[in-house]
Amino acid sequence: MNTRQTLVERCSALFEDLSFGASRAWKDAQPGRKVVAYMPVYVPRELIHAAGMLPLGILGAGESLEVIHGDAYYQSYICRIPRSTLELGITGRLDFVEGFLFPSICDVIRNLSGIWKLQFPDVYVRYFDVPQNYVDGIGGSYYRRELEELKEGLEHLAGRLITPEALRASITLYNENRRLIAGLYALRTERPWQVPSSELYLVVRAGMVLPVEDHNQLLKDYHAAAVEEELPIRDKSRIVLSGVFCEQPPLSLIKAIEMAGCYIVDDDFMLITRWLLQDVPLDGDPLQNLVDAFLHHSAETSAKYQPEAKLKGQYLVDAVKGTKAEGVIFAAPSFCDPALLERPMLQTKLDATLVPHIGFKYAENSGQMQPVREQAGTFADSIKLWSNP
Amino acid sequence: MTAADIVKEPSMLKQKEMIAHNYDLLTSAEARGQKVASTFVPGNLNELIRCFGLLNNLPEINAIQNGMRQLSGDYILEAEKRGHSEDVCTYVKADLGMMAKGNLAPNGKPLPKPDVLLLSYTGCFTFMKWFELVREQYQCPTIMLQVPYQGDGQITQNMRDYIVKQLKEEVIPTLEKVSGVKFDIDRLREHLAASAKAEDDLVWVLETGKLKPSPIDAYFGGVYYIGPIFTAFRGTQDAIDYYRLLRQEIEARIAAGLGPITPEGTMAKQKYRLVVEGPPNWTSFRELWKMFYDEGAVVVASTYTKVGGTYDLGFRHDPNHPLESLADYCLGCYTNRNLPQRVDLLQKYLTEYEADGLLINSIKSCNSFSAGQLMMMRTLERRTGKPGAFIETDLVDPRYFSAANVKNRLESYFQMIDQKRKVAATTGVHA
Repeated sequence: MNTRQTLVERCSALFEDLSFGASRAWKDAQPGRKVVAYMPVYVPRELIHAAGMLPLGILGAGESLEVIHGDAYYQSYICRIPRSTLELGITGRLDFVEGFLFPSICDVIRNLSGIWKLQFPDVYVRYFDVPQNYVDGIGGSYYRRELEELKEGLEHLAGRLITPEALRASITLYNENRRLIAGLYALRTERPWQVPSSELYLVVRAGMVLPVEDHNQLLKDYHAAAVEEELPIRDKSRIVLSGVFCEQPPLSLIKAIEMAGCYIVDDDFMLITRWLLQDVPLDGDPLQNLVDAFLHHSAETSAKYQPEAKLKGQYLVDAVKGTKAEGVIFAAPSFCDPALLERPMLQTKLDATLVPHIGFKYAENSGQMQPVREQAGTFADSIKLWSNP
Repeated sequence: MTAADIVKEPSMLKQKEMIAHNYDLLTSAEARGQKVASTFVPGNLNELIRCFGLLNNLPEINAIQNGMRQLSGDYILEAEKRGHSEDVCTYVKADLGMMAKGNLAPNGKPLPKPDVLLLSYTGCFTFMKWFELVREQYQCPTIMLQVPYQGDGQITQNMRDYIVKQLKEEVIPTLEKVSGVKFDIDRLREHLAASAKAEDDLVWVLETGKLKPSPIDAYFGGVYYIGPIFTAFRGTQDAIDYYRLLRQEIEARIAAGLGPITPEGTMAKQKYRLVVEGPPNWTSFRELWKMFYDEGAVVVASTYTKVGGTYDLGFRHDPNHPLESLADYCLGCYTNRNLPQRVDLLQKYLTEYEADGLLINSIKSCNSFSAGQLMMMRTLERRTGKPGAFIETDLVDPRYFSAANVKNRLESYFQMIDQKRKVAATTGVHA
């Protein structure tokens, strides 16, 4: 029986498995199967899937892997995700991966694409550039051609064409995936005690390594189990967690925030699963539909340029209002340019709307959670004591 | 050494006058009714900006000026006091701190509020955030020109078309609106032709690093050589004149068999020929340079001098293809090239300039340059057999310059080169 506990245990095992056994098992199940890895923050997984390959999300190696080789590639003032990702590669943990996409998020991930080309010359490596111009005839035309080039590259790797029918089928599955995850996020917003963020994180994270078909079933099962089993309501403050879109904090950090008296009611973990904000239409040209969805219905984060000055940071204010949050916790990886450069602008926006906030930094291998617990606890208390009713 | 003792050539004096005049123009722009565009160095569109009669204000150059004048440390602290992280780019913080403390130009007068922010972000993601931050302060029109990265090591037609479309449909119409001047493509062609003339002479100068002795230092001297063409002067007669004058000086040095000019005069002995990767440290620029020339180390080629254009690889602004040429210029800047391309370029320099080795000045602030440099060094050591070395400093944050550490590293490196030479002399095996 799929109880909350068994589901979470399964997700936890997937999370801890740095050999990516589930993805390897998928690959080994049929001869000729291939795997294409990707990093944050967004790639169109539908294209990989439509080529018959498995998209594999790589978000670093977490806190358990000792980074030895990776540290020899990076100076001390560069974040940890590229070094632990390289560690995964050099130690053979990604030896079953035939392709690797490095999305446009920052200079470090961009340059990692070049390192990967030099270090692993047999892997199909692509830096996936996306438009920062959202006008159909300008950024849209450019993106369309970029997607066509990516499609051609994936077809070559897979040894088969990506037909419109196959792409529509993949879009259907990923639309469902996005809807299911949005449903869980909505449930957490409504009843956060029923969906602890440390669990939701693991359940969504499982989608980085599982085939989308399996992940969709897992999401349905977890949703049913979360509704079924009543958990006690606590007197906690509702907060939005911001800045965690690339290098991941240790799971213990999420737990520390929750234990300190906060309900996380929104976050920017694994934005790829919530990047496209509406269903991608199935009629017409599916590739163009992906272009249009990116241009006109995609999430905002600091990796994106906001053309309208007055709208800068509005997404966070909207998230606070939409989830009835009482404050924002900024958690950013050390040396993360996008998150740390964005933070002062977001803080200005929050100050203007009287939303309280705190901030700290972490690394994926941060070990000491007591300071986080104290900071988050004080923040939660201050909200309870002094925020407007 | 006092400022009066520092040896300067006529070209340096000319450049100093040009920069001072430009700052005078900038600080008097408002009173004179001239409009100003703030924009960045790599991928700047100086020729286009000039078509609209706009002045060009470059935040990185202001940060460099403040770094060399020992002001940036206070500015950075001011920005950090206002909530900016100690982890992020110090150019950004020096700029924001300067704005917070009166926004004074080197002539002591306030810089004007820009009429437009022209964000051409070439080869550096931080630029995008930088202008979003600056936009908060100025509340003026902002134009974004996105330059795709050469992820696969080539410029595709799609990239070029994208830039040209942005120029035609967004950049030029907005500049027309801001300036009130109609775009004249023939005027752009004239500026581009002027750029190409200066670029020819710049390349000639940089390539004299291949000579023995080298008449130039392509890093510490090189930053002066690139000054006019990377900043507000590309496409002007001033730039043509500057590079002609510089070329004549270097021709004279070659004829006399002289090495480069340092702040303490002509460098007499050239014991080590180096290729340098990475930007310089600006807060201790002269101190760092002295560590090189005191040891007889001359830099024969550098990548920093390609950050505002890779002219030595053949690119020239082309009046016959004006917008496409601007696109190719932006796409080709050094940090817009992927790591394998950067390795190939450094390998070419190490070989063609007959260098003894590669030195990387790894900059804490600049992930665009720095992320991947250790791998680049190892790859180049393997490919060329020439030794590499690594020092760590920052652009304009004086807290990250440790003179003793840098000096130790450099001395060890020079000893390593000596040792390699001894082994080669004994065994007859050369790198």
